[in-house]
Amino acid sequence: MSGQWETQSVHLHRDDAGSRMGMWLFLFTELILFGGLFIVYAVYRYAHQAEFHLAAQELHSTIGFINTIILLTSSMTMAMSITALQKGNKALSMALVSATLILAGAFLVNKFFEWAGKFANGIYPGSPELMNRPQGEVLYFGLYFVMTGLHALHVVIGMALLAVNLSFIKRNVYTGENTVKLETAGLYWHLVDLIWIFLFPLFYLLH
Amino acid sequence: MQQENNAHGHIVGYGTYAFIWLGLLAFTGITVVAAGINLGAWTVFVALGIASIKGLMVMNVFMHLKFEDKIFKIFAGVAFITLAIFLVLTFADYLFVR
Repeated sequence: MSGQWETQSVHLHRDDAGSRMGMWLFLFTELILFGGLFIVYAVYRYAHQAEFHLAAQELHSTIGFINTIILLTSSMTMAMSITALQKGNKALSMALVSATLILAGAFLVNKFFEWAGKFANGIYPGSPELMNRPQGEVLYFGLYFVMTGLHALHVVIGMALLAVNLSFIKRNVYTGENTVKLETAGLYWHLVDLIWIFLFPLFYLLH
Repeated sequence: MQQENNAHGHIVGYGTYAFIWLGLLAFTGITVVAAGINLGAWTVFVALGIASIKGLMVMNVFMHLKFEDKIFKIFAGVAFITLAIFLVLTFADYLFVR
């Protein structure tokens, strides 16, 4: 089975493992990007424990919980869409990528209302209300906006990748076993989920 | 049993993904409940431990790391060890250098 695969890959001038490795290497740079922010969070949390506890109580853990369920589910539909494509079920694959897109949109809508609620309470970077608070709370909300904002930006980029892939599937760009573009887009989408798995407890639950 | 060398030749079934999804939901429930219990300084580590288990489930199954060549796993390990070194050095600097 494996041997047959390799001959075919050579014939088609395609290196699927290489494509996936390329995406993984990019994801490692993402890991260091977010990892750096997590380290900043760790040091400031250690330095301002009481204020981090206090500030975290202002976040709605219910919204965070719902968004966690949404992203975990979207990760499953994403993974399943690849299986569907590999099994040659184009319609199901498109339905599952669409479901992933809808869930991603729902995540962003929740995020919008969450941030809007914070803004309405006068809490946004550099706001007079926030600047009057102790330094630890300023740092907590600064990290909250930067990290969830950067994560939301990744959700938007992921949605763009998924939309392009939806059109690829529709236009029969994927033939036979050639599904590596959808697989690499999937890897990116799972990273978005992976980062949220750490953001959720650190910002919403620890208080 | 030896895993298949080429992840491409390995199609993961829908059931496996649904099972992992249920596991992830269960661990999300556990982390919410655990955060409500006062474990003192351990609360952070319990939350991070559960998140790490969830992360491994996502990487191994959803991201197919389990079915990839060994080199993918080595690279991923190096990436996480690098991050751990950054973390340790940053804290060492913060705690001991004034």
